[in-house]
Amino acid sequence: MNMMTQRELGRADLLGTGQTLKEFRDGILARTAATGHYNGLEHLELRERDPIGYEKLFSKLRGGLVHARETAKKIAASPIVEQEGELCFTLYNAAGDCILTSTGIIIHVGTMGAAIKYMIENNWEANPGIHPGDMFTNNDCAIGNVHPCDIATIVPIFHDGKLIGWVGGVTHVIDTGAVTPGSMSTGQTQRFGDGYMITCRKTGVNDTPLRDWLHESQRSVRTPKYWILDEKTRIAGCHMVRQLVEDTIAEEGLETYEKFAYEVIEEGRRGLATRIKAMTLPGIYRKVAFVDVPYAHPDVQTSNAFAKLDSIMHAPVEMEIRRDGSWRLDFEGASRWGWHSYNAHQVAFTSGIWVMMTQTLVPTQRINDGAYYGTEFHMPKGGWNNPDDRRTGHAYAWHFLVSAWTTMWRGLSQAYFSRGYLEEVNAGNANTSNWLQGGGINQDGEVHAVNSFEASSCGTGAGAIKDGLNHAAAIWNPEGDMGDIEIWEMAEPLLYMGRNVKANSGGYGQYRGGNGFETLRMVWKAQDWTMFFMGNGYMNSDWGLMGGYPSATGYRFEAHHTGLMERIARGESLPLGGDANPDLPDYENHLGPQATVKRDHQCMTTEDCYANGDLYLNYLRGGPGFGDPLDREVAAIVDDLDNGFLLPEYARRVHGVVATRHPDGSWQADEKATALERLNIRQQRKARSVPTQEWMKREREHILAKEASLQVQHMFATSFGLSKKFEQQFRDFWDLPVSWTLKEDELSVPSYGANCRMDLSAMPDVRVVTLVQE
Amino acid sequence: MSTYTPEQVRKLVDGKLDWDTVLRMLSMPKDGERFALYLQALQDKLGWSDRIVLPLGPHLHIVQRAQDQRWLIQCDCGHAFCDWNQNWKLHANLYVRDTEDAMTEVYPKLMAPDTAWQVYREYTCPQCGTLHDVEAPTPWYPVVHDFEPDIDAFYQEWVKLPLPARSN
Repeated sequence: MNMMTQRELGRADLLGTGQTLKEFRDGILARTAATGHYNGLEHLELRERDPIGYEKLFSKLRGGLVHARETAKKIAASPIVEQEGELCFTLYNAAGDCILTSTGIIIHVGTMGAAIKYMIENNWEANPGIHPGDMFTNNDCAIGNVHPCDIATIVPIFHDGKLIGWVGGVTHVIDTGAVTPGSMSTGQTQRFGDGYMITCRKTGVNDTPLRDWLHESQRSVRTPKYWILDEKTRIAGCHMVRQLVEDTIAEEGLETYEKFAYEVIEEGRRGLATRIKAMTLPGIYRKVAFVDVPYAHPDVQTSNAFAKLDSIMHAPVEMEIRRDGSWRLDFEGASRWGWHSYNAHQVAFTSGIWVMMTQTLVPTQRINDGAYYGTEFHMPKGGWNNPDDRRTGHAYAWHFLVSAWTTMWRGLSQAYFSRGYLEEVNAGNANTSNWLQGGGINQDGEVHAVNSFEASSCGTGAGAIKDGLNHAAAIWNPEGDMGDIEIWEMAEPLLYMGRNVKANSGGYGQYRGGNGFETLRMVWKAQDWTMFFMGNGYMNSDWGLMGGYPSATGYRFEAHHTGLMERIARGESLPLGGDANPDLPDYENHLGPQATVKRDHQCMTTEDCYANGDLYLNYLRGGPGFGDPLDREVAAIVDDLDNGFLLPEYARRVHGVVATRHPDGSWQADEKATALERLNIRQQRKARSVPTQEWMKREREHILAKEASLQVQHMFATSFGLSKKFEQQFRDFWDLPVSWTLKEDELSVPSYGANCRMDLSAMPDVRVVTLVQE
Repeated sequence: MSTYTPEQVRKLVDGKLDWDTVLRMLSMPKDGERFALYLQALQDKLGWSDRIVLPLGPHLHIVQRAQDQRWLIQCDCGHAFCDWNQNWKLHANLYVRDTEDAMTEVYPKLMAPDTAWQVYREYTCPQCGTLHDVEAPTPWYPVVHDFEPDIDAFYQEWVKLPLPARSN
């Protein structure tokens, strides 16, 4: 049988207690379950005895983690790490539970913890062994990583021969050697095309990377220079944190440090309940989000015919806040995972939630696994966010993670609004795309790959008292920055022809969502260059709030055979600046007669060839809006018009504002005409709407007749297949007869994987770590 | 813990509060008395005899009707949609943007969803035409019952205010 021997290689006794790490962790889980307090800590002895000392210890360790991040990132050459800050360092206790984390991409609080727990559960202490000076590397999406490009280095921390904890450092690398270049590629339909995958492998001893690891890993990716400098970044940061812990123990003593390492998690658990009670309102909140996976299009090349279908990812959430301040997040009804690279591991989903929560419910430094222990997650097995098949691809898990979390942001915002904490309300966030990716031979004549992280500066959602911020941030890295044009031009063979705010991209409302931006790039000095698009197009993934509209959807613009080299030589006009109104395109007026242009909603494509002079529009999305657009102050509309944030015709159609433009280009509103127009729009609304229950009768007929696009029916069929509860709720709402059913196999689209699946847990010698209710 | 005046909370509701104070509200622990000040600010603004029990949106509230203490979901204009614990959207007026023409009224064509994938449902007050919510689901999606607040627990245990009498 193809199975490792179970012969015990000898107890490592890393804790000096005779317990294995698994026995130790099981004890913590049992005490937590029995008492409701992390590790049974009903009293925080250290914190209660010496609160000032406790806070000093907290600040010292937290400051050291941030310091390690800020220092180590200077080693990196990749703009993703050095410019955008796509890294973080996290400190864990011996059981792999997070104590504290740095700033940055703190989704990895849980993902690196899941890797440590995987090593614990699978007896890594016996084989390959865990020793002082060791380094482990992980990017395996089947055990918790978000996507393969997040490479984690994990270093055990010992004191006098006893394992007292771990430090993990993660960077988002620029390429992982997937089927196509760029760190979050499309086109592959399974894990086997997602790129170089490393499962908690021992990659260093005596603080030195192993030579086989260095040789193998660098030749497994397209960008070895960036790869190795990212590796040095992670190692340097981890070793700084390890030194910090050693120094802290030298000053405070091991007993104090270890008390802190467990009490701080219980404090985090209590802190979450306190925040919930202080800011929200008990009750049940229901929200939902969707995103398009348009794979039937000819510009999406896949290796399997069974992946060539249009589908929709579905994420309903029921958030229950109880009167005792505890809460339960239930994701039942999610659609099934698919043959694409947008699936997410349960830990990527649950750990990522805390990235969002640090920007709303828990905006403090005190993010650790306490919040996880304070939350009940229900995520049925088989959904896109908890796959039950070991083949699933995850390279662009972010396609839906961001939008699926925004449901919770909207739920919490309902609570903040009802309670009067209007300053906290946020309608949601942008679908943080497009991702400009590709590769080939760059301007230096080297094999290269690119992933423009301009997407870390999308528009933010509107609040209940102010507009969202324009081109400001991404939910997954609130410190994000669009990066300097000059740096991107050094990293990519793509010249900037424009970088502009994208008008109308923010959702309308009394307060509008922040607008995104767009950059027009021209291929320059590349050879055999390819690029592709990644984002939402046919659907909007983020709703508005309380009368506000969703932000605009995406679209793509690309141009080939542009004749721009000749136009430049002749001094003729060029396409420059923004694609201000895509209904009245202007770029095409500045291209040669042979130019071929693609303008459509197909925002998901696979690698296609681009010659020097070809164009690519990178449009970064806006955030959703809040409140009735007719309530928007007229002065705010005039300001939007003056700044080019709103196309003039929509001022009247959406906001009812009648404005005229002066010869100097500025706008002036007619207050009286605006008041009349707004009354007129209200009358139109009443005239064209019908009672909801009347509309429901018509919609029910459509359902009975199965009149909907295949992708809509496919989405419902996969959700029904996983959840009888969701199906019953659907039936009850529409009062459907028992004879009405909807199965995947009746839709005449590929249903490969619908019935037969193999989970990772079915592999020999593998113990998976399950961190949610399934 | 910061505290705020009724005037500051009124300005917050109107979106006119100075940024320094908003920033303090964001960065300091929450003020427990906010809910009572918020209700008072809204009540003063509307000048109703009906009592606001819980705000649901900028123009939508759960109220205690003055005449019979029945709890209802009510628009600013006075139109009552339904009982407090029902899904008010089922009692609203609805306009569905499910064609390209309807979508391109509000967005450039390439920046609007494809209605084979997604529609916009606009829920308005049948009396005054206020837009209370925009859903963006797929066709067929049930009307989402967004919020079922536990008002009893909130008043009695969380903000420790007397629970308004309820006849339904």
